[in-house]
Amino acid sequence: MSDFDKSVPPQLDADGVDRRGFLECMTWAGTGMLWTLAGGLPSAVTMTKALAATPNTPFTFLQISDSHIGFDKAANPDARATLREAIAKIKALPMKPSFMIHTGDISHLSKDNEFDDAAEIIKEAGIPVFYVPGEHDLLDEGQGQSYLKRFAPQSKGAGWFSFDSQGIHYIGLVNVVNLQAGGLGNLGTEQLEWVKKDVADLSASTPIVVFAHIPLWTVYPEWGWGTVDGAEALSYLKRFGSVTVLNGHIHQVMQKVEGRVAFHTARSTAFPQPAPGTAPSPGPQTVPAGDLRKYLGIATIDFVRSSEPLAIIDRPLAG
Amino acid sequence: MLTSNTIFSRRSQIFGLALIAAIMAGFPVLADDAPAAAPSGTNTKVKIDNFTFNPAQLTVKVGTTVTWQNVDDIPHTVVSIAAKMRSKALDTNDSFSFTFKDTGEFSYFCSLHPHMVGNIVVTR
Ligand SMILES: [Cu+2]
Repeated sequence: MSDFDKSVPPQLDADGVDRRGFLECMTWAGTGMLWTLAGGLPSAVTMTKALAATPNTPFTFLQISDSHIGFDKAANPDARATLREAIAKIKALPMKPSFMIHTGDISHLSKDNEFDDAAEIIKEAGIPVFYVPGEHDLLDEGQGQSYLKRFAPQSKGAGWFSFDSQGIHYIGLVNVVNLQAGGLGNLGTEQLEWVKKDVADLSASTPIVVFAHIPLWTVYPEWGWGTVDGAEALSYLKRFGSVTVLNGHIHQVMQKVEGRVAFHTARSTAFPQPAPGTAPSPGPQTVPAGDLRKYLGIATIDFVRSSEPLAIIDRPLAG
Repeated sequence: MLTSNTIFSRRSQIFGLALIAAIMAGFPVLADDAPAAAPSGTNTKVKIDNFTFNPAQLTVKVGTTVTWQNVDDIPHTVVSIAAKMRSKALDTNDSFSFTFKDTGEFSYFCSLHPHMVGNIVVTR
């Protein structure tokens, strides 16, 4: 595996499309993944490595997910404390990320005080935050009005939006609204139409980052871990040389590369969930109290030392 | 040769043994796959446990109040479009009750975890 500062030159296909062939991701044990754009190539490094390294990187951003403020059950009696620890790690980074994205389940029950506390803690990071909602953020009387007002006032529909930053096009999607019985996450026709239009005028060499709460790919339908029309959204992105899909919801790292599309899920800052099919249900996984932060990533050094970095390499030229 | 009949009867036997064991142990019996019937004007319970409605299939008389209780440490909801029934998010140990005043078959699900589905048949 290459190190953080390794850069790989973009490769051109016969059709002249910049494949941006090399996407690398190493997960820091869950609090967040730090994404960098080095030499035009997005890559993620462990935060531990980022803390130790003094890289010459023009651009970074960060993903956190599933803070579940208000959760106080056995799996983690104090989700506020672990979010605070995550934010402290982010603040300690020698290079400040330009912004972070939060991939949903900010709160546990959409209560005002949960949203207030989450915003207060996250604000400490001192960088802009872009949110998409999780299903736990839409439990207020207005079925999401409270979330929209607080976290995505400029968004469209149920909270989707896009923006550009330093050459990358970011698309925040909402797949937790109007879920159908027996089904998976759901984007809906209105949002799909919007995605189609949103990317219509972009050059195929623009790196795309798509983020949403529930995985846009099918991880484990038996537990509802997937998005029924996720493939359709991704079909509009087929012509792009580099697509990175970032999700949360499943409270564990899961990665896959399909052609030029790299899929990643981030850990939660609140509690772990079991690997697909390894438990009777996807409910919170209670680990020995001393081990919780390993699953959330707070004990990052041990985690990183004890395992090879998870690496996903996008190799469209081989596909 | 193992036919589906043998499987069925073996299953029944196993269930029967489990039933006897449960009665001997003094536990109430809830079978996942056996529709339970409840008389009119009464209450009956559905437990939400491990991301499942238990029992998931239930037959009741008109006028029966069904109470769902969530014992998971994750919130769930109980939503039925046909029955015009929608609970708020039920946190751990929260309950939701609904009285079925019409006959018919009412499927329902959890709007947070839509793979969780259940069915209530209301008879006269
Ligand atoms: Cu549920």
